[in-house]
Amino acid sequence: MAERYRIAVVGSGPGGLSAAARAAERGIPHVLLEAEQNLSNTIYRYQKGKHVMDEPGILPLRSPVPFKAGSREEILGAWDDGAARLKINVRHGAEVTAIKKQPEGHFVINFSGGSVEADAVVMGIGLQGNIRKLGVPGEDLPFVQYQLDDPEEYSGETIVVIGAGDAAIENAIALSKQNEVIIVNRRDEFARAKQGNLDGILKAIEDGTIQCFYGAGPDKVEALSVGRKPGRLTLSTSKGRAQIMVDRIIGRLGATAPRGFVESCGVKFPNKDPASVPAISSQYESNVPGLYIVGALGGYPLIKQAMNQGYEVVEYIMGDKVEPADEPLLRAKCDGMPGFTNVEAALKRIQDNVRLLSHITPLQLREFMLDSDIRTPKPGQPVFERNDYTNSFYCIVEGTVEVEINPETKQRISLGKGEFFGEMSLISGRRRSATVFAGQNVVLVETPRRSMNKLINSVGAVKRDIDLVFITRAIQQRFAPSTRAADLADIVADAEIKRFQADEVLFSEGDEGDSLHLVRIGSLTISRTIGGKEIVLSYVPAGNYVGEMALLGDSKRSATARAAVTTETIRLSAESFKKLLARDPSLRLRLQGEYRLRTAANLAMQSAGSGGDVISFLMQQGVGEATDVLLIDESLCVRCDNCEKACAETHGGTSRLDREAGPTFASVHVPTSCRHCEHPHCMKDCPPDAIRRAPDGEVFIGDNCIGCGNCERNCPYGVIHMSGKKGKKPGLLSWLMFGAGTGPGEAPYAKDGKASEKKAVKCDMCKGISGGPACVRSCPTGAAIRISPEDLISYAQARR
Amino acid sequence: MHESPLTFGGYRYLWVALALSGLALIAYVVHTPLGAPPNGGTWLGYSLGTLGALLILWLLWFGIRKRRYGRGIGTLRGWLSAHVYLGTALILIGLLHSGFQFGWNVHTLALVLMLAVIFSGFFGVFAYLRYPALMTRNRENATRDAMLEEITELDQNSLMLADAVDPKIHAIVLRSISRTVLGGGVWAQLNSHDGSAAALESLRAAAKERDKGAASKKGDSGKTMVMMVDFLAGQASTDKQSEALRKLIDLLSRKKTLAERVARDIQLQALMEIWLYIHVPLSVALLGALTAHIVVVLFYW
Repeated sequence: MAERYRIAVVGSGPGGLSAAARAAERGIPHVLLEAEQNLSNTIYRYQKGKHVMDEPGILPLRSPVPFKAGSREEILGAWDDGAARLKINVRHGAEVTAIKKQPEGHFVINFSGGSVEADAVVMGIGLQGNIRKLGVPGEDLPFVQYQLDDPEEYSGETIVVIGAGDAAIENAIALSKQNEVIIVNRRDEFARAKQGNLDGILKAIEDGTIQCFYGAGPDKVEALSVGRKPGRLTLSTSKGRAQIMVDRIIGRLGATAPRGFVESCGVKFPNKDPASVPAISSQYESNVPGLYIVGALGGYPLIKQAMNQGYEVVEYIMGDKVEPADEPLLRAKCDGMPGFTNVEAALKRIQDNVRLLSHITPLQLREFMLDSDIRTPKPGQPVFERNDYTNSFYCIVEGTVEVEINPETKQRISLGKGEFFGEMSLISGRRRSATVFAGQNVVLVETPRRSMNKLINSVGAVKRDIDLVFITRAIQQRFAPSTRAADLADIVADAEIKRFQADEVLFSEGDEGDSLHLVRIGSLTISRTIGGKEIVLSYVPAGNYVGEMALLGDSKRSATARAAVTTETIRLSAESFKKLLARDPSLRLRLQGEYRLRTAANLAMQSAGSGGDVISFLMQQGVGEATDVLLIDESLCVRCDNCEKACAETHGGTSRLDREAGPTFASVHVPTSCRHCEHPHCMKDCPPDAIRRAPDGEVFIGDNCIGCGNCERNCPYGVIHMSGKKGKKPGLLSWLMFGAGTGPGEAPYAKDGKASEKKAVKCDMCKGISGGPACVRSCPTGAAIRISPEDLISYAQARR
Repeated sequence: MHESPLTFGGYRYLWVALALSGLALIAYVVHTPLGAPPNGGTWLGYSLGTLGALLILWLLWFGIRKRRYGRGIGTLRGWLSAHVYLGTALILIGLLHSGFQFGWNVHTLALVLMLAVIFSGFFGVFAYLRYPALMTRNRENATRDAMLEEITELDQNSLMLADAVDPKIHAIVLRSISRTVLGGGVWAQLNSHDGSAAALESLRAAAKERDKGAASKKGDSGKTMVMMVDFLAGQASTDKQSEALRKLIDLLSRKKTLAERVARDIQLQALMEIWLYIHVPLSVALLGALTAHIVVVLFYW
């Protein structure tokens, strides 16, 4: 008979540990199951001395174990002490394999080495998953390890790295500087690696600094008691067996994603999107009654959130009411609403009024509202203005707003209770297409981009609703400004959203024209083949359309449209388009007028010769998704690096731009500097949501950065790096006159700063400094300019 | 769009400089001082002197303005444009102020220093217009660091290959590596010299000799120990070695190209900077001479 507990906690990360600690504090029979020999393995695996931050600062901590920003060692030490003090019943080495709900209502939990029963289960297993081990005898011998903190630690050893991913390659290359390294790849090539790592490993193998076994896998690992090497690894290779005497084996085989396991416990996920999280109630209960989910697995990646949830979930399981930690924050947000009584009523009012938000769970709504703000602008006050670069999303809880759809005629349409706006900029990542004014007694919920995208990705119904409105409004705005939305229903129903990868062709020159595309995300290039060479004629950013001319004239495509970056379009069929033309006779004239202008521009481009090549080059550098890019004319650049110095001087001693790095074509140099992408890759996975876009378009990193480095890894252009606190420099005159300090430019690190206490830095386009970006302003020769892609065509023409 | 400092703002400061020079010239021609040739002591002389002194101070301020990042009015290229054009106008203003009277004194010293500063500046303008494009062309899209890295790699690979050929070749390659010196003192930088060519020459010679040796070997009767080994290993080993030698020559040629390119890069960069080492110290000296000139004129005249 297995032991029976009131609560079983699976995983001893911040959420699980906090839950077990609370249970121990309250004297509730509990067990904490942890697969590893240490607590909180994700943080345990952090690099030694790493500084861990405690964002969000506004949220109070509620847990029996302490947590405040500090080094990895301090935090783990405090947790170990807390666990010992509270006498938490921890089972180490207990890797849970199954959680089964019994007909009687309790759970049976099987793990390596036994099983337990519990009335309630708290799952706090995070997203890291379990590390894959070698899976052969000897996988746990002391010289076999599954992580590498510091490659410098080892020298003169024979080390076998097993694995073919980026982690394995990076480890192997780093170790090969002072060790004999052998890498074992199960397959015949390094298919999963990033290009840089791939080049690195292939070169190392070719140079002979790393030996590689392709198509090989470990058979067994044995410890040796005699001889110079502590172990022997037997490999089975395509040519038979091989034995290697080793000092050390490092397995980098990745981790098993936890989703499969979670699903096997009966928990449902809303969709197949890998980013989706299981739906949980406001008390963290999953669709399996009695099975609770806390922390990153439930969509809360920050340590403090997870710890609070761990505490709260125990209270909920014991049937106690607890005011959620976020209650005071939500109260502060909502009490600006007219007629506010309490948070619950306010949230219900929002959910009742806004259909879009009726699709989500109460917990999701709380989270959503925690990120959002209630706005009650005065009548006539603008909510946002046309051409602003903001990308937040607004729901109308009460009242109305007026949207000025035509700035010349001041034509306005009104949106009422339950509707939403701001979806255009949210989706396309471009400037606001219209100014919105507040109406009478309006109450709005403003939600930042990340929270909205999280909602769109996790709740299918929300995505459907928003897409439908997006398509309707896009068609209305471009082709039928005077038609009511309801009258477009048949055309909207026929429209479809198409997705194209970078370089994919939408249609080719000479094709039969059967549809037109409204660009919704990304951008296109239009090119023609002239004299056997493809010449780029123009660049089509989001919000514009292509392909209408073949429909107007029933002819063939006159040019090729190609996605410059990952692009989404709304495809309108020829029939739908003809219906639109039939409804509004003036449309044809208007489109023909626009077409004439475009053809003239294309002709100018065609004769510009090399101008088109400059555009192609810039597109290859990813300028297609940029909103503002730094270009240097190398025929003017005197390599004085004053731009870098200016950047460092205006940004606390760290330059965010590398002038020399980056490609050059026809004297146009694209330095390594932020392009402020329409859909910034860096924003993708920022735990504290520290990366934001300012109204003027600058993508910047806020002070609440926790230094995790995700943005640095996610940026395809390498423009983000981690930097610590910089020392204060003596003034300019004391340098000029007496040579004090290092002079203008990059400052040395501050003496009191810790090496691990680094935060991400990137270009913020000198937001907050009047006069524009310092790099451009301090270029003595006018070589450096910043331009937005809309100006590319005229730029290219000026450079022929 | 990119705009060179010379064309800045539709030649705004060129027109200002021309207007200033024109006015000064007209005043100089119209003005007839009493009882003496034109000189610095007349009202016009004092006016031009004051204007010139102010201009010099303002031109010197450029060194500060250049480093006042994120502050100060206008853009730096606007300042540079004005610096170039108004600096040029200063030649005329200074000369008119002197009334073309020269002597062996502190006044003429100031004038000479001023002209030296201005003409060194002209070289700067020339360098800034000419060398950037040459530099880009020379680099062929690689950064200097990348080229240096490739050189190091080529060195390593050639050493490994040379090892396989014979110790003599190894020594030659090693010497070539230690002789390849890029950059260094001012003269070395400006000279664009690298030491990579000599090794290649001696290698080519070695290869030729080896081929010749292989051809003549058949008739050679006095076999030394080494040749015995060669003979025993058969023709294959020499073929392999010749092959390695040829590869070695390819590597060293590539290295030579790169080393020359880096040296040229350093040279161009040095040319764009060297004039500042004359321009700036001379302008500080000018400030001293100017102060002396003013003090002398005001207090001891």
